[in-house]
Amino acid sequence: MTTSTTKTPREASGTSPRFPLELGLDTFGDHEHDAEDRPLSHAQTIRNVVEEGVLAEQVGVDFFGIGEHHTDDFPMPAADVVLAAIAARTKRIHIGSAVTVLSSDDPVRVFQRFSTLNAISNGRAEVILGRGSSIDSFPLFGYDLADYEDLFEEKANLFAELLKGGPVTWQGNLRPSLKDQDVVPYTEAGPFPAWIGVGGSPQSVVRAAHYGFSLMLAIIGGSPARFRPFSQLFLQALERFGREPLPIGVHSPGHVADTDEKALEEFWPRWLQIITKMSRVRGFAIPTEESFKFEVGPRGALFIGSPETVAQKIAANLKTLGANRFDLKFGMPGLSPSSLMRNIELYGTKVIPRVRELLAESTGVELPISIPT
Amino acid sequence: MSSSVIPPSVRRIAILGAGHVGPVIARLMFEAGFEVMIAASGSPETLELITQVVTPGVEARWAADAVAAADAVVLAIPLHRFPALDPGLLAGKLVVDAMNYWAPADGVVPMFQGQELSSSEIVQRRLSQSTIIKSLNQIAYQDLEDGRRPAAAPDRHSIGVAGDDPDAASLVGGIVDRIGYDPFLLDSLSAGRVLQPGGPVFGALLTRSEFERAIHTTAVQR
Repeated sequence: MTTSTTKTPREASGTSPRFPLELGLDTFGDHEHDAEDRPLSHAQTIRNVVEEGVLAEQVGVDFFGIGEHHTDDFPMPAADVVLAAIAARTKRIHIGSAVTVLSSDDPVRVFQRFSTLNAISNGRAEVILGRGSSIDSFPLFGYDLADYEDLFEEKANLFAELLKGGPVTWQGNLRPSLKDQDVVPYTEAGPFPAWIGVGGSPQSVVRAAHYGFSLMLAIIGGSPARFRPFSQLFLQALERFGREPLPIGVHSPGHVADTDEKALEEFWPRWLQIITKMSRVRGFAIPTEESFKFEVGPRGALFIGSPETVAQKIAANLKTLGANRFDLKFGMPGLSPSSLMRNIELYGTKVIPRVRELLAESTGVELPISIPT
Repeated sequence: MSSSVIPPSVRRIAILGAGHVGPVIARLMFEAGFEVMIAASGSPETLELITQVVTPGVEARWAADAVAAADAVVLAIPLHRFPALDPGLLAGKLVVDAMNYWAPADGVVPMFQGQELSSSEIVQRRLSQSTIIKSLNQIAYQDLEDGRRPAAAPDRHSIGVAGDDPDAASLVGGIVDRIGYDPFLLDSLSAGRVLQPGGPVFGALLTRSEFERAIHTTAVQR
């Protein structure tokens, strides 16, 4: 049974009739190099990320996310601590994880940390739960990757219970059960926004809808348009489970510089380096320059170029996917602080206003909400 | 060797697995004109929500029903679930093994760890009543749709097809051709090792000549 509000006619402008357009930035704490290409310390990289979050607020970015990672290329295992530092120096910007690797964490601790962050930031915390592309937390904390699905399912279930507030009673197989357990700190104004980051599995989309989490489409390769059915699936699944519509977001990597050429010149060697390294560890063929060009092009998943190029691609994909949120994963191990700060500045002052303009101009946006069941 | 009967042609295909890979393969098969059924571990009702939106035209079924009605079965379940799969389910069937043993990304599966055999040989040993062909495993699921090209295209990409039974391999080669790829036949499951994670063509979209070159220069690259 659906309520009448789920049938609200869509409006002609904007990407969603219900949710405001939000444009954010994500980082994985990519290990930075100085202008002479010497690696900075992990500590300096982390301090720089704090400055990046502060700059993001100053230039009008809506959200700043930090993704949990555990390697020398991405020395960022305690994103919530860094987010707290950013919270203390900002007033408006939303801050959150991108993602929290829930399967190798404890849902109660994740809730407590982000509920605390929510308190510090006066209600600006969000959490994005997922696997991420990093697998390093599994051996680190003694989990078996083969249990990934079961761990995520069970812990997502518990996290959904924790978000509701009030004493928690919960039973599972992989984590001790809870009975009438009080979990503090209480949130002041109900649950903070919680998302599930989804790579390519439709079952994960249905799971997000089942637990009432918003959907963050992690699009890091191939054509973003192929995710359109996932937006439709999400909205239909929410309806099936008797839930109101929830926001849909997109997370994709990219790099903004003053010109297309400069952006490519800065990004490509760093990207090639990290992908080559990953391909050796994980055993896949190194992507060719041709495949990189596809990803950078209008149909690919890398958002690289001048503010105009990147804005056009963001606007087009938000429309295609019926999404109201876009988070650009900026940075790449080896990029310099000045290049990253310039990226943030251009994203806030040029890309964001241009995306808003493009989406306001466009009419007849086809949103998934209009699709009959 | 297997005791399964190789069908004269393939019209109906069952996909086992509805994670990242299964629905993409199902869609490609359906668009190529095959009759396609898909099954996951649960009931078809749960899966129907997904098939209606993500793979319209593809029928959600219980695994046993889908397999029974199919000329060929594509195995696209996570490999760590394979040891729990009942071999009887697939007895007498032509089975395309699209799974990968990818320990650095998915974790260790004891049945496949430290083996001299290719992962599909291990699958064949366990599914002794089926005919196993290794294919559709080597191109990333996110590239499978955009990587398709018409038969005559000069930039058509290759997909490896490895098997011990030449008739079965040629049938699967025909399927690969119909969905938009150039089948690159390898004459044994053992030779299919080059298609695995760590192999020279894993994760890459390559034309036939690039594919051939990559296979022959393996030693140099690694």
